[in-house]
Amino acid sequence: MEMVSITIDGQKMQVDKTSTVLEAAKSVGIKIPTLCYHPELRPEGACRVCMVEVEGARSLVASCVYPVNEGMVVHTTTAAIREARKTVVELLLANHPQDCLSCQRNLNCELQTMASDLGIRDIRFEGERKNYLMDTGNSSLVRDQNKCILCGRCIRACSERQGVHVYSFANRGFNTKVVPAFNQGLHEVACTFCGQCAAVCPTAAIVVKDDTARVWQALNSGKHVVVQTAPAVRVALGEALGLPTGTIVTGKMVAALRRLGFDRVFDTNFSADVTIMEEGSELLDRLQNGGKLPMITSCSPGWVNFAELMYPELLDHLSTAKSPQQMFGALVKTYYAEKVGIDAKDIVSVSIMPCTAKKSEAVREEMKSSGYQDVDYVLTTGELAAMIREAGIDFKGLAEEEYDAPLGIGSGAGVIFAATGGVTEAALRTVYEIVTGKELEDIEFKNVRGLQGVKEAEVQIGDLKVKVAIAHTLSNVRILMDKVKKGEAGGCIGGGGQPISAVEGFRQTRADSIYECDTCSKLRKSHHNPAVKELYNTWLVKPLGEKSHHLLHTHYHKQERC
Amino acid sequence: MNSNQSQCCCDGSVNQFDKLDEVLKKYQGVKGALIPVLQEAQHAYGYLSKEVLQNISKKMDIPISQIYGVVTFYSQFHLTPRGKSIIRVCQGTACHVRGAKTILNEIENQLNIKSGATTPDLKFTLETVACIGACGLAPVMMIDDDTHGRLTPEIIPKILAK
Repeated sequence: MEMVSITIDGQKMQVDKTSTVLEAAKSVGIKIPTLCYHPELRPEGACRVCMVEVEGARSLVASCVYPVNEGMVVHTTTAAIREARKTVVELLLANHPQDCLSCQRNLNCELQTMASDLGIRDIRFEGERKNYLMDTGNSSLVRDQNKCILCGRCIRACSERQGVHVYSFANRGFNTKVVPAFNQGLHEVACTFCGQCAAVCPTAAIVVKDDTARVWQALNSGKHVVVQTAPAVRVALGEALGLPTGTIVTGKMVAALRRLGFDRVFDTNFSADVTIMEEGSELLDRLQNGGKLPMITSCSPGWVNFAELMYPELLDHLSTAKSPQQMFGALVKTYYAEKVGIDAKDIVSVSIMPCTAKKSEAVREEMKSSGYQDVDYVLTTGELAAMIREAGIDFKGLAEEEYDAPLGIGSGAGVIFAATGGVTEAALRTVYEIVTGKELEDIEFKNVRGLQGVKEAEVQIGDLKVKVAIAHTLSNVRILMDKVKKGEAGGCIGGGGQPISAVEGFRQTRADSIYECDTCSKLRKSHHNPAVKELYNTWLVKPLGEKSHHLLHTHYHKQERC
Repeated sequence: MNSNQSQCCCDGSVNQFDKLDEVLKKYQGVKGALIPVLQEAQHAYGYLSKEVLQNISKKMDIPISQIYGVVTFYSQFHLTPRGKSIIRVCQGTACHVRGAKTILNEIENQLNIKSGATTPDLKFTLETVACIGACGLAPVMMIDDDTHGRLTPEIIPKILAK
């Protein structure tokens, strides 16, 4: 690594020649304010908030894209710089709807924080307002272009990270806006509803569709309201309620859900274990009976949308097993309803999920196998946090509580679904024991873990050599799929419905917590889950059986949206 | 020529994209060819329809959102059909002070369309421009390549009748 010497605010330092002024400043703890910059995306230099003075340069420069040079002298906070930054933000605010108090991102908005940090008390410019229609045509996301500051983060997240290319800048000058092709709604274009655009949006221009009002209504309806919580929620909910990144809050979350009025609090891990039973059996069936290989898991609705939109010719490779959310929904309104003697029509099934695409999954036509919509409402981690705040619950002070039986029992294998590679590892634990009939001693398949782009490994299971591959982010899925032909954002933990985090390394911290949940579980293999055993012994009979086929499996269809 | 079969959201007839395929063939493998391809496609079809753009996206492997961004950025590209004659009414400074607004209003009334639109019979497309460099003739407009100067609202109907 070639180093250069530079001086920032009087501090002399040695930095890598390829770094930007912003990176160099950050490395010594000098904070330069930014808006369009995002640590996980290519810098764009669009907003000009990060301007600094470089001695000898003609004008102020955008530090996020300005490379360092030998002998460079930088000032980050002179009077001229502060004035320029203030003006930039005032100009952004000049045509911004000033409805902060009732905005979904109130107190969680980067533009608002920036205005506060820069000490803006008066907006000197009264600009022409924009008057665009909101995009409310889908179940997952709401777009309000009037609140867009044209930073382009969503465009970069969608193209670079996810490889989906939904958004682009259109028109120019004052009329510039960020839109899908032909200014269509997200439901009309090839959007997977993964919500990564909402996760990087600094304002409320793209937000998660708020379903909390409908859930409050259900809780007051007198019906039997059950809730399932996905594994990734327990390691992220705390963040949204003031606890450090990665804090495991399973027990407090269960307690809070009871306070909110849910009649039963269950764990999606239970149905994740069922998913492993079904999907593991399907894999064995395909291996032994010459089925379509490689088999690809289908727990992530973002990924399923991606496959249906971009790779319809490879849909045969997808496991027919439904996602844990949908298996849970189908079982609640059949198995559970029978067990407790409540008519399915009087049950409201709510799920707490890390991902916006789960909202769209729940309303799919195929997901009504109980005779009703299997999952009625899907809330994201962020929406649950909002409900807890609205109810005035002191989350940090809550005593921990346990999930309800039986659908609240889940294994460590179910928990790790939330991390990239987790489903594969969980499946391997069960498939190994079914095939070999031997107990698996070293149950951690560490070579399938981690946030690298594409991981490949070979696992010896008895006489079978199983090759596995795991992709992290949808653009890496594309690479993997193109390989098949001739994931997700760190898994669910980085989903579009999770608390918006600017903490560096937050994905790894959350993933570490997920594996900690697994390590601390007494149950670590899906097929050892007693509630799952009971489900099969008393009701489903066997994996891939008739009831399973009807309730727990589905088929995929090419989606035609452009 | 099976370009239509796998095309989504379009039901164009067979061989609809013959002319486009020729253009695409010419620029096959050329880097940065999007703008010339769009220009030639527009020349061939009169405007850039959704179907044409989707076809370009597919054949050139460029996301449709990006192509839409380019097409809407440059005023030379059009997403809707254009009239047989293009009327450009100057709204530059010199024309403005000599009543360009009343000229534009009169044309809008005569054709019953707003600036930027095309008449339903596809005869005229009405546009405004910032200056056509004929300030001495202000207020001025161009119909295709013909310049009409020293306009008054009264003579507009006569000019349009031609």
